[in-house]
Amino acid sequence: MRNRLRSSMAPITMIGPTTLWLILFLMIPLALVIGISFLTRNGFGGVLMIPSIDAYKELVSTEYLKVFASSFQLAFLTTIICLVVGYPFAYIIANSSERVKPFLVLLLMLPFWINSMIRIYGWNTILRSSGMVNNALISLGIIKFPLELLYTDGAVLLGMVYDLLPFTVLPIYTSIEKLDPSLLEAASDLGAGKVHKFVRVILPLTMPGVFAGSIQTFIPSLGLFYIADMMGGAKTMYIGNLIKNQFMSARNWPMGAALAIVLIAVTLVLMKLYTRVGSLDDMV
Amino acid sequence: MSSKKRQSPFAVVYACLVYIFLYLPIAVVIAFSFNTSKMNIVFEGFTFDWYVSMWSNTLLMDAFKNTIIVALTSTLLSTILGTLCAVGLNRFEFKLKGLISASLYIPIVIPELVFAIAMLILFSSLGITMNIATLIISHVTFSMPFVVITVRSRIAGFDRSIEEAARDLGANEFRTFFRVTLPMIMPGVLSGAMLALTLSLDDVVVSFFTAGVDSQILPLRILSMVKKGISPDVNALSTLLIIGSVLLLTGTTLIQRKLERDDAV
Amino acid sequence: MSNNKDVIVRLIDVEKEFDGVKVVKKLNLEVREGEFLTLLGPSGCGKTTTLRMIAGFSHATSGEIELEGKNVADLKPNERDVNTVFQNYALFPHMNVEDNIAFGLVEKRVPKAEIKERVAEMIKLVQLEGMEKRKPAQMSGGQKQRVAIARALINRPKVLLLDEPLGALDLKLRKQMQLELKHLQQKLGITFIYVTHDQEEALTMSDRIAVMNDGVMEQIGTPDEVYNHPKTKFVASFVGESNILESYVEAVRGDLLRISLEAGKAVLHAPGFKKEEMIYICVRPENLQLSQTPIEHFSIRGRIIEHIFAGSVIKTVVELINGQRLRVARHPGEEELEVGTYVYVFWNPKKAIIVHTVEEQIYNIIEQNSNRMYKEFVEKYSATTEEV
Repeated sequence: MRNRLRSSMAPITMIGPTTLWLILFLMIPLALVIGISFLTRNGFGGVLMIPSIDAYKELVSTEYLKVFASSFQLAFLTTIICLVVGYPFAYIIANSSERVKPFLVLLLMLPFWINSMIRIYGWNTILRSSGMVNNALISLGIIKFPLELLYTDGAVLLGMVYDLLPFTVLPIYTSIEKLDPSLLEAASDLGAGKVHKFVRVILPLTMPGVFAGSIQTFIPSLGLFYIADMMGGAKTMYIGNLIKNQFMSARNWPMGAALAIVLIAVTLVLMKLYTRVGSLDDMV
Repeated sequence: MSSKKRQSPFAVVYACLVYIFLYLPIAVVIAFSFNTSKMNIVFEGFTFDWYVSMWSNTLLMDAFKNTIIVALTSTLLSTILGTLCAVGLNRFEFKLKGLISASLYIPIVIPELVFAIAMLILFSSLGITMNIATLIISHVTFSMPFVVITVRSRIAGFDRSIEEAARDLGANEFRTFFRVTLPMIMPGVLSGAMLALTLSLDDVVVSFFTAGVDSQILPLRILSMVKKGISPDVNALSTLLIIGSVLLLTGTTLIQRKLERDDAV
Repeated sequence: MSNNKDVIVRLIDVEKEFDGVKVVKKLNLEVREGEFLTLLGPSGCGKTTTLRMIAGFSHATSGEIELEGKNVADLKPNERDVNTVFQNYALFPHMNVEDNIAFGLVEKRVPKAEIKERVAEMIKLVQLEGMEKRKPAQMSGGQKQRVAIARALINRPKVLLLDEPLGALDLKLRKQMQLELKHLQQKLGITFIYVTHDQEEALTMSDRIAVMNDGVMEQIGTPDEVYNHPKTKFVASFVGESNILESYVEAVRGDLLRISLEAGKAVLHAPGFKKEEMIYICVRPENLQLSQTPIEHFSIRGRIIEHIFAGSVIKTVVELINGQRLRVARHPGEEELEVGTYVYVFWNPKKAIIVHTVEEQIYNIIEQNSNRMYKEFVEKYSATTEEV
């Protein structure tokens, strides 16, 4: 008996703290988000304990639908550009010689270590109307007056692509890296040309990586409000900024919570689609 | 996949262009930290002045200090919690195991912004004013699952009899953990810790909602200053952070290579 | 509880269940101090489970395990005076040879100087001089095995448990290590409990062999007893090669039995059998003989269908008229018999072993158990009357 008691203590000491942590700082907060989305707003921040679905009713107004449309458009464009730019890039890294490959991967990881705000700030510097690009163009005589580069939708898109490109490339790189070379040899052996080999063997086999990369690009792009702030000057309203505003300035918590639920719903749908082609562990 | 084929010149140029795209803004931030002009517009001349003056910029220094404290503390905490949890999940079978494993994926898949406002709501409804502790707690929550998953993948291939051998030779559970289990999973723990550190250093969204007035970290400081124009002090400090990150990343990559070489069979 | 001083490990009615399946059934076993005992059986017979219960990695579902007369149910592996050599060595990959071997002594807080001395001694004993600083990844299987043995022996355990320690080695190295292990055991005088599925290994190394099958110990005895006097059909067929023949006692004259088989009649020498009993007999290939002319008392006929060359002997396969195939070991000098030749099969009546019938075996088990229960009852009863 003594024995059984002592060894049954171990799971509690090892997993207990984490479980408690997850309950306190993950489950309860998320439950609060859901709960609050069904309450009534209190103009001073916080909520009144009166059940209501006002927030959800408001979501379907044209004003909000426009925000959704522009957000999803941005997320979609970002993902497509990242894929188009990132796939060949991942392919080149995966096919590089064993000597330079670790270095190339390190170079790809390095930006993660530098806060994205610092990097976006770099773009902000480059694109300002009095910034590097305009100065260069003027001194080259191509333009007379500075172009409006910063604080445009294009600048926001650039910032998004910039910030999320490594997230697209890494899973694709991993899936190309995992390809069994003998499969490719078999394909060549069976007479597949370069293009056919790519379309019929490599691309289908790396689809899990492509999906993982797309999800890791699409979902975060909906929430990166600060990129719109830094690059777009809040001209176009995106869902991320809208949620931020509900908590920071508009003080409409139920609305913010309901918008967050929309984000969760989108995520769940995408994850559900994803688990048909790949495993969750590939996302990490 | 490895091939000995030489890359076509087009591929080399393409890869270089993408890398330039990735590093251009970083280079610009660094370059302007040496600029004599107070405005980040044109490069007027070379100076180290900003590296001197930044130390007396108290707002900036506080942000710097907070950044380091939050990154290190949250990394330490999430590594300890995550490693214990990973070892426990690997070792024991119990009813809620599936549920716990699954819930670890939640912080990974939900959008950061949702998690951020969830934390904001939690702390506000408890009447807690945001401070450095709320910031650290939030960082631990989103980085710990990554530690668990990294460490678990390392343990997965292990031979349980190695731990049994330690017990057999007289080591109790604690001694076995510290003398055998931990050293064996060390490469995984290190990768996990590095991942946690990266996530903490790179975070903006969660920090934005959970940092207090007196616990601002560098990225938040940049965000609040950007409209008014940023002094090159920020570039100087950012440059130091970038150099620190590069050194740390290179260092740990080397250590990990060594660890992996040591127990390569 | 009677306390035989010679017995170092005692298993009393030990049973182990995994998910409702009994993998060890009512196991009673006494291991004597200083002996080399082998648990022999096919995979899944419960031998490794038994070993793990003695080591403390696994708990008996019921029954008792005693080490030196003390029940060890409450002792964890690190609290038991036994050490294990694992099947796949289980060396600590992050430690070099010295540190691996010193592990147990460090746990016991032995002074550093003494550790150094004893580790050096051990390294010498297992002939690993010059490898002190190597890591497991840089060693061959045989070397790793030596480290594993040294690591387990340095604690000077009362009993050393070895779980198929030579399983991963190639044949030649395995033969060499078998002898080395045996000599090591004799030199140190430590009790070895050795688990293997290799009957040849068991016969070479052991003082006694416990043959297990399907969670039950079928027989325990010296290699000679187990090989030459198998008590059950399983033991006869698992230990060494044997031809098992089902037969029927037709007549008894003194110790000589006249038996009838499907393929003919034969005689054998065995005391204590009755007419009309069903018995299994086992004849080793080397004890079977072939003749082209009839032999007195034997009328088993068959046809040679194959010769298998096996080095010093030739195994000749004979198919009897009922279709059963027998293997006969013959020496190259013997009369050459071509495939297809019809032959008579016979044996020295004293060299055929009777392995009891299945029914009889069951009866024996019931008898043993009832004897034990009766004894327990008497003990209990006398104890209570004394109290009164």
